[in-house]
Amino acid sequence: MENSPSLTKDQIIQDLLPQKFGKLGMIWTYSLIFICLIGAFAYYRQLSKGLVVTNMGDYVSWGIYISNFVFFVAISLVGSLITAIFRLSNMKWATPLTRIAEIIAVSAIVFASLIIIIDMGRPDRMLNLFLHGRIQSPIMWDVIVISTYFVISLLLLYLPLLPDLKIMIKFKERSSNILNKLYLFQGSFWRGTAEQFKISERAITILCITIIPVAFSIHTVTSWLFATTYRPGWDSTNFGAYFISGAFLVGAGGVVVAMFVFRKFYKLEKYITEMHFEKMGRIVVMLSLLYLYFNINEYLVPAFKMKSGEEAHLKGLFSGEFALIFWFAILIGMIIPILILVFKKGRKPLPMFIAGIMIVIGAWFKRYLIVTPTLLHPFLPMQDAPAEFHHYFPSWEEWAIAMGTLAGTLLVITFFARIYPIIPIQETITEQDETCMSLPPTKRHE
Amino acid sequence: MENNTSRRDFLVNGLLATAAATATGCGNNPFAPEETVALSGEKVKLLSVDGEIIEIDKAFLKPVPHMPPLTNSEERKGIEGKKFVMVIDLARCKNLKKCQEACNHAHSLNPGQNWIKVLSMQEAEESAPFWQPTTCMHCDEPPCVKVCPVDATFKRQDGLVLIDSDRCIGCRFCMAACPYSTRVFNWEEPILEEAVAAQPYSCETSMPQKIGTVSKCDFCPDMARMGELPHCVTSCPNGVFMFGDMNEDSVTNGAETFRFSELIKDKAGYRLMEDLGTKPSVYYLPPVSRNFPYESGLENLSPADKQSH
Repeated sequence: MENSPSLTKDQIIQDLLPQKFGKLGMIWTYSLIFICLIGAFAYYRQLSKGLVVTNMGDYVSWGIYISNFVFFVAISLVGSLITAIFRLSNMKWATPLTRIAEIIAVSAIVFASLIIIIDMGRPDRMLNLFLHGRIQSPIMWDVIVISTYFVISLLLLYLPLLPDLKIMIKFKERSSNILNKLYLFQGSFWRGTAEQFKISERAITILCITIIPVAFSIHTVTSWLFATTYRPGWDSTNFGAYFISGAFLVGAGGVVVAMFVFRKFYKLEKYITEMHFEKMGRIVVMLSLLYLYFNINEYLVPAFKMKSGEEAHLKGLFSGEFALIFWFAILIGMIIPILILVFKKGRKPLPMFIAGIMIVIGAWFKRYLIVTPTLLHPFLPMQDAPAEFHHYFPSWEEWAIAMGTLAGTLLVITFFARIYPIIPIQETITEQDETCMSLPPTKRHE
Repeated sequence: MENNTSRRDFLVNGLLATAAATATGCGNNPFAPEETVALSGEKVKLLSVDGEIIEIDKAFLKPVPHMPPLTNSEERKGIEGKKFVMVIDLARCKNLKKCQEACNHAHSLNPGQNWIKVLSMQEAEESAPFWQPTTCMHCDEPPCVKVCPVDATFKRQDGLVLIDSDRCIGCRFCMAACPYSTRVFNWEEPILEEAVAAQPYSCETSMPQKIGTVSKCDFCPDMARMGELPHCVTSCPNGVFMFGDMNEDSVTNGAETFRFSELIKDKAGYRLMEDLGTKPSVYYLPPVSRNFPYESGLENLSPADKQSH
């Protein structure tokens, strides 16, 4: 670590090994489990009665399940940003953040897949995707790239974990028997030889290179689920880039929030330093400006022309039914975070944390706005259909399920942080050694 | 000649006898009534193959299925040599909704589900409002078929776009893709008569509807196979709907028959949203020289739409 060169190896290990949760951690975990259980109950109701428990209709045929799906895919992109893009561009300072980013990526992509199954009218026929799959459907592209992304992300989580597993196996008095068995099962083959390190490094580099196009694909394809249709608000060539820039922003915001929380509750001030917040802050400003740029493209250009199809949709967003959420999402998701983070004082941990939360919440509502308003403005008038189809507000089951999946994502991250070191131990030691230059290179990996 | 006929009769009878003998396993006269049949005493008149009117007891009548059941791959292929087309004459529509009623009844649709919607259209503030019955457009470049991940909705060689509800996974991408908002989802378990619910699903009748799957207007290919017109066509008292075959260049509403190409030319037929490139199979005739004033249809507005008027 650049600004804490005095740490010894033992101290690093003691600091970073997973710790038991305190009272607050237990309350947090049980609350998440509780929210998940409510979600599971709501899904049980949906399974037994059908999608009628939702407030979707023949016009708004995609609701918050789909916007939640887009949100999950978006936030998962940060894994590729921090692990792969930063690594390949040799931004070493981001090393302590890689595992945080990668576990966010993995858990978000798992729940993205789950919520899309939850949205299906016939989840029992899921196998039809493989038995009768047709490659020209963007849904098939999504199935392919998301599963690829999941596998690569999982490997990028696992491979750098191997040396840490060895350390944890060594310090087995720190964990319970079951956890030690898990560590042994996952990492006993890792002896930490120079050759193993070489293979692992090589594999990680290859994975980092491959994950970038795959990451771009998952969110571009997700944007195409909308952009390949004719509907006003979706029919846009801007959509791929717009989605990806928004994805990097919400992911970076999520990482900032996680950094703050782990730093505070795991007392990691020496490892996640103010320097990290300062640098992440600059990145978040850049990403916010980028996303703002694509938003201007997305809304200003059609608003300038006001084609009749777009008019009702855009007016609904700017000054109509959805204006409150729209301006809330723009302000809280982009403008206010930019205003906070352009100032050096704003890039301190606490204001960063607040800005990060704003970005994540704003992004969630932004996804809702991308999906729903468009569906309420079809080409032909909404007539000869039940009155309740003319509006959409999610039912309690939909809220419960959506919140349940969000809680589930946090729960996976929480469990992961309880079981594994959230900051890579071995890599921290290695970098410390490299910075100190006190040891000959051959001994670095010991 | 006569000799020939009798010889063929003999052959046919012989074959039947052999078949019957094989089936029953004994040498009974195949033309004798089966022992289990109890005569009802009620006679019915039938036209024999020779063109003579004969009288037989009702008990001998056996229910014959309308059609030999089609396999899924036959249903996906379509009726050979056909290219179905519909023409909707907006000058004749007064929002009676008989089409919708007949369609909903024939397909056992649940309340709130309409495959045919009669829309109150007005292109601009100063332009005249008119009633527009909207069916599935059976596009030649169907956006719904493009996006379906499992081939549950498909395009047939006779031009129809149909749905295999036994395969649909309920992702509703087709509903998002369809610019005509024609697709209807089964949000809950459809309430069906037992006889309907017990049938195996047929892509041609689009019945029975299944929970969690998409449905829509199918142009009634089951009726076409029997040489009959779709329910909307036959139920409309004003002859709004004309159905036919592009290859034969003719469309009919049951009472009048037109040469399709001439009708479209003479009355300036058009299709909806031509700019999207979906190439619909439904043509509209503009609402000029109307049979009814627009206002005559207002009383039939559905309650939900009355508010917005």
